[in-house]
Amino acid sequence: MPHPLLELNRLRVDFALPHGRVTAIKDVSFSLQAGETLALVGESGSGKSVSATAILRLLPEMALPSGTIRWHGNQDEEDLLSVPYKRMRRIRGNEISMIFQEPMTSLNPLQRIGRQIREVLDKHTSLRGAAANARVIDLLEQVGIPDPHRRATSYPHELSGGQRQRVMIAMALACEPKLLIADEPTTALDVTVQAQILALLKELQQRYGMAILFITHDLGIVRHFADRVCVMRHGEVVESAPTQELFECPRHDYTRMLIDAEPHGSKPPVPSSAPVMLDAKDLRVRFALKKRLFRPNEVFEAVRGIDLTIRKGQTVGIVGESGSGKSTLGRALLRLLESSGDIRFEDTELTHLDSSQLRPLRARMQVVFQDPFGSLSPRLTVGEIVGEGLRVHYPELTRRQRTERVVQALEEVSLDPTMRQRYPHEFSGGQRQRIAIARALVLKPQFLLLDEPTSALDRSVQATVIELLRTLQQRHELTYLFISHDLAVVRALADTVLVMWEGRIVEQGETEALFREPREPYTRELMRAAFLDQAA
Amino acid sequence: MTTETTTLHAQGASPHLGESLGREAWRRLKQNRAAMASLVLLTLIAVACLVGPWLTPWGLNEVDWTAFSAPPSLADGHYAGTDANGRDLLTRTLYGGQISLSVAVVATFVSLVIGVLYGAVAGYVGGRVDTLMMRFVDIMYSLPFMFMVILLMVVFGRHILLIYAAIGAVEWLDMSRIVRGQTLALKRREFVEAARALGVRGRTIVTRHLIPNTLGPVIVYVTLTVPKVILLESFLSFLGLGVQEPMTSWGVLISEGVDMMQGAPWLLLVPSTFLALTLFCLNFLGDGLRDALDPRTR
Repeated sequence: MPHPLLELNRLRVDFALPHGRVTAIKDVSFSLQAGETLALVGESGSGKSVSATAILRLLPEMALPSGTIRWHGNQDEEDLLSVPYKRMRRIRGNEISMIFQEPMTSLNPLQRIGRQIREVLDKHTSLRGAAANARVIDLLEQVGIPDPHRRATSYPHELSGGQRQRVMIAMALACEPKLLIADEPTTALDVTVQAQILALLKELQQRYGMAILFITHDLGIVRHFADRVCVMRHGEVVESAPTQELFECPRHDYTRMLIDAEPHGSKPPVPSSAPVMLDAKDLRVRFALKKRLFRPNEVFEAVRGIDLTIRKGQTVGIVGESGSGKSTLGRALLRLLESSGDIRFEDTELTHLDSSQLRPLRARMQVVFQDPFGSLSPRLTVGEIVGEGLRVHYPELTRRQRTERVVQALEEVSLDPTMRQRYPHEFSGGQRQRIAIARALVLKPQFLLLDEPTSALDRSVQATVIELLRTLQQRHELTYLFISHDLAVVRALADTVLVMWEGRIVEQGETEALFREPREPYTRELMRAAFLDQAA
Repeated sequence: MTTETTTLHAQGASPHLGESLGREAWRRLKQNRAAMASLVLLTLIAVACLVGPWLTPWGLNEVDWTAFSAPPSLADGHYAGTDANGRDLLTRTLYGGQISLSVAVVATFVSLVIGVLYGAVAGYVGGRVDTLMMRFVDIMYSLPFMFMVILLMVVFGRHILLIYAAIGAVEWLDMSRIVRGQTLALKRREFVEAARALGVRGRTIVTRHLIPNTLGPVIVYVTLTVPKVILLESFLSFLGLGVQEPMTSWGVLISEGVDMMQGAPWLLLVPSTFLALTLFCLNFLGDGLRDALDPRTR
């Protein structure tokens, strides 16, 4: 076996925090051959990003790494943890480069794309002037940016998320590195874009023969993309094996748990005779883009005439990519946004009610949002957050009665009710999402709008939240409107699915039928991109 | 890293369950030594200004014909020396402190209340109401401050309350802009939307969800407002629009002291030490309060 390109040996990183030392990773060892793709898999907090940033010594100052990181680049073997800073700068971007998760913030918003790529060339190559410009255009072309001459003079905000990630890749490839570290490069992107970016990385890897260290939490991508996999947990590598072997016979319990955590199960449809819960006709939502004084406003129609019927006990899934209008539709149905068209909730026409007339209805239709960090007010205790709806709708309750119902709601979502005196930041993402569900449930609603409730959570946490939602639906005969871009979750939870694209419903039908035989080309493309693992 | 720190918090379970935010904040403030020292010193200064003038051997306007511009000495009871008119400087500084501190407290409080409410309402309601409210602020900004003060004098006559009113009327403008900006960012957050989905009234959303979350920048700005207000008062007094002789304030004393700097440096040093100490303490206290009131820094 040839010398590995990169070899981590018992890497350990401690963080010196004000109140003591915390170990982020301990004893991480793995190696990477030239041209190979190694996936580092784990849930948030497992230390996968810390391991990767340690390779380039990009850790924050309070980090104290130890162990060795052997690198076989252009020179003889060297230890990346101890090479002088000057040499490290030669390695960064030249021999090893890195792309990050967030293409929106990794580019400087005030500089043109071309200039940002040229900066890399200026640092590490002898290309100058026209030759450098030609190389920039060539790189943009290679990463599939249309019309590269024009794009080189664009600013980052003029590009879509996928294009920005392509620009990041172009910058990373500028010096033809031996190793590319990709830290969740597709997590912030839509599935169809994600599929394109992954295909691009594969193609470029073959062309340049570089190794890729791919960090992700998504096992579907790993199965499709990686040669070998290291599974990390609590700062340790628990298992490392060739991809196929790992998926076919995982040895470690944790790996098995991760693989099993992919959502499964399905929901039988409700009879079509069930009473109608929510009914919308020709729903439209317009946003004013530019307000003008004397001319009509420039408007953007986010939802363009949608008819929708939700029956009691149903779980209707809405899928679509970002910008398809699915969240806007959900908010408009609850009258959190102004819209035109008719909305009926049970027997009540919602369209012309003002906020005080809507208030009594709010107790019966509730909502859970995506971001478990943003949806809880940081300055209120959990008890106050969950009890807030009771204050509004049952002002006659005494303090004690209110506390009783809060405790009940917290128990219902399997949280320890004694924690109600704490503040949201003391809880993990999954626990926060449970708090948000408890806040909705405490009012005993019949209809719940779930707007991407599981998207920000790790797969294993996601599975428990899905299980919770299922149990609650059965226990309280709830009706769900489930909005998600994650087709796997929708398939497990919904009985009816609507596919949205550019503010319209492209296709709808019973979940199983729709997933088995999608009729519209857009739906088919979406499924192909999402079920990478099955296509492989 | 965020998740790791979060779990750390959760594991290091806080033993102080069931505390109200106020008591909790007080407990955390007590752990902040700089803030507590500042609080003690600030209280001492305030008490000295209130009680001190009775304890010093000389009165506010009492002239010692044997000591004009006399340096500090223990023997004749002029512990901080006398000014050019033979009046005891320590007594005058303590009296001046009454004016300066009360202007600082009242004007800052007025600007805080008006500014925070005005800004939060403008930001939350948005749309045309916001535009109208903020254009009004712009108009107020564009009025010359002196012009307003003179106008107030003409209408109401000369009174110390006018200083409070005039300064308060100017200082809340900045505050309302800061709070409005914060509110605009906050109202897009999902917890505000969740509150709306619960049917919470607009008034409650503003007071319960928006204003508490603007506290951080507000407290920092308050600690910047206090010195500004004290200096503004001395500026008015200097122009003859503020406090009048024989009454005085720190600002007036300092501006007089500057003129005498070469011959009698204590005339500048004593009042400016009081002012500097006060501002210093306010800054530390403000920082400490901001941290103590934020449950996330626990």
